[in-house]
Amino acid sequence: MTSTRSRKAYGVKGAPYAFLLPATLLFALFLALPIGYAVWLSFRKAHVSGLGLGSGARSEVWAGFENYTEAFHDSELLHGALRVLGYGCVVVPVMLGLALLFALMLDSDKVRLAPFTRLAIFLPYAIPGVVAALMWGFLYLPDVSPFYFVLDRLGLPQPDLLDGGPLYLALSNIAVWGGTGFNMIVIYTSLRAIPAEVYEAARLDGATPLQTALRIKIPMVAPSLVLTFFFSIIATLQVFNEPTTLKPLTNSVNTSWSPLMKVYQDAFRRGDIYAAAAEATLIALATLVLSFGFLRAANRRDKQEAAG
Amino acid sequence: MPHTKRRRLVTTAVAVSVGATALAACGSGDGSQAESGPVSLTYWTWTPGMDKVVDLWNKGPGKKDRITVTVKKQASGDTLVTKILTAHKANKAPDLVQAEYQTLPTLVSNDALADISEEVGDVEGKFAEGVWQQTTLGTDALYAVPQDIGPMMFYYRADLFEKYGLKVPTTWEQFAETARTLKKKAPDKALTTFSANDSGLFAGLAQQAGARWWTTSGDKWKVSVNDAATRKVAEFWGGLVEEGVIDNQPMYQPAWNKALNTGEEIAWVSAVWAPGTLTTAAPDTKGKWAMAPLPQWSPDEDVTGSWGGSSTAVTTDSAHKEAAATFAAWLNTDHDALNALAKEGGIYPASTSAQLSGAFSNPPAFFSNQPDFYTRAAGIAKTTAPSAWGPNVNVAYATFNDAFGAAAKSRSDFGAALDRMQDATVADMKKQGFGVSR
Repeated sequence: MTSTRSRKAYGVKGAPYAFLLPATLLFALFLALPIGYAVWLSFRKAHVSGLGLGSGARSEVWAGFENYTEAFHDSELLHGALRVLGYGCVVVPVMLGLALLFALMLDSDKVRLAPFTRLAIFLPYAIPGVVAALMWGFLYLPDVSPFYFVLDRLGLPQPDLLDGGPLYLALSNIAVWGGTGFNMIVIYTSLRAIPAEVYEAARLDGATPLQTALRIKIPMVAPSLVLTFFFSIIATLQVFNEPTTLKPLTNSVNTSWSPLMKVYQDAFRRGDIYAAAAEATLIALATLVLSFGFLRAANRRDKQEAAG
Repeated sequence: MPHTKRRRLVTTAVAVSVGATALAACGSGDGSQAESGPVSLTYWTWTPGMDKVVDLWNKGPGKKDRITVTVKKQASGDTLVTKILTAHKANKAPDLVQAEYQTLPTLVSNDALADISEEVGDVEGKFAEGVWQQTTLGTDALYAVPQDIGPMMFYYRADLFEKYGLKVPTTWEQFAETARTLKKKAPDKALTTFSANDSGLFAGLAQQAGARWWTTSGDKWKVSVNDAATRKVAEFWGGLVEEGVIDNQPMYQPAWNKALNTGEEIAWVSAVWAPGTLTTAAPDTKGKWAMAPLPQWSPDEDVTGSWGGSSTAVTTDSAHKEAAATFAAWLNTDHDALNALAKEGGIYPASTSAQLSGAFSNPPAFFSNQPDFYTRAAGIAKTTAPSAWGPNVNVAYATFNDAFGAAAKSRSDFGAALDRMQDATVADMKKQGFGVSR
């Protein structure tokens, strides 16, 4: 009797761990381990003796923080970060602004052909980023673009979109074109979830559609706005496809235009996976700090508002 | 030492008749290389149609020797080098790899390539000295068998040169004059472009001018990417770009294709493989181009650089080095193999005897107007200057793209861009611990 009871007790005690095991195992194998390995690599470096020819001339040694100090002192990485910051300042507000505007318009009673419009705005999101960037790249190239042909015929000025400031607009345009639909759907879904009584009450109080939109709809979808903002920050910091695809078309996009391009360049072109691992770790940390910092700030504001 | 003696004897036998692998295997004292059963090899290459060439081997000599080769198609260039090195870290590199000449020191310094000087047999005589030296890295070892080469030449639109009364430049000075004359006569056209997206072109031009970017003395490397010869090249092209007499747009993109196709750019400094590129980039200009030797730095010189070209190497991870080396030798010296390579893969063979036979007895279809195309090409190939590659060409090349891309864009500071290339190359070597002398 006693033995059965104790076994039973043991079984119950062990149950949570048994349930946790698959998740823990998967987490360890496919998340913790690779990240840990990348961090480990970031503290290593290759060491060659003499001419470095022949076997045994190259070994892997401990580097301490050398890769990190180098990444911090690398002006190219810093410039890349600044470029991405400038790019993000265009992309995020424009994309989310448009997404919110489209969502509100689709949600209004007067809109016609709503399902078709929704699909049409969403469609670019379904097009792979590389394909979108290639397509826009062709449209930006004066010699092959139909837009420039029309501008030329009309005698209008033809801006060089692949250089200087316009380049940021050109790159942002690709991201906005591709990302607005997705964000619009997220906001639109949460608009549809607002209970009808709220609108009814607003109508009874004599609110105009504009007032309803500004005073009721937007505050009520704020959590979705926070979420889309959060996603957009992460996507911006990780921008890679668009500048990489446009790079062959112009001298203005270099091989380390964005921080992730620099990581790619160091890992696969320069063959220095150690430096690349350190840079990747830094980018991951920066992304974590920025995105979760934003989430916390947003949450704190929510709580303050709720308390006030 | 009866063992060693016997092995040497056997090696000589292989030298006499390549393909006697079974015999060599019996005699070889090295357990890892003793082959008695069938051998299967994996080959990483980017050459289009290589599977068809390898089929010839698998159905012919390979069948006899029971050596089967499987082709795994790869991306070209630096990505393949990284892939080989990554696979090699896990000791899982394929038996055979295609490698560009400038990547050989990188691969050797990572101990990824096997010395096949003993296994490959007597093939040295089939190749020009300058080409062969790139696969030995100046040592007694042999790290690869040369496959194709890219001697550089000058391509121009014969019809437009006539229209504008231009003469084919034989010196770089005349080249600059030609560019200026054209700009004066037709301001909306340019002789050519300076492109920063293919480092191989610049390296080849520097090589022609006599640059030796990497040399060794003792156990130290000397890096002279910004030596006088290279500076001369950089400033020459920089000068033309600053003057605005040549274009500064990158190659291999839709706008460049269009410029070549519509005759906005009427010449291209390129290599022997240019007809293939022009066929796809400028299809409307078929039969309008002509090829001439590269302009020279002084009238009494006759020398060219090389742009492109690759070799077949055996990795240290291969358990069947002799079999792999036998295949590599066959692929790059056998008449039928080279003919098939030329037909299927469009390569220009490194083997000198193949440069005038078979596929190369007629000009490329795009240049049917120049019947002696390949005769001239073979003559030009003989004048290729020696090259000097080091263990981090990838770093120098990557820096070239960015530094010269920025210089071409701003149409200035080509000299500073060259210094940036030198500094980045030296800094990387020092970081890795190479002995570097200044």
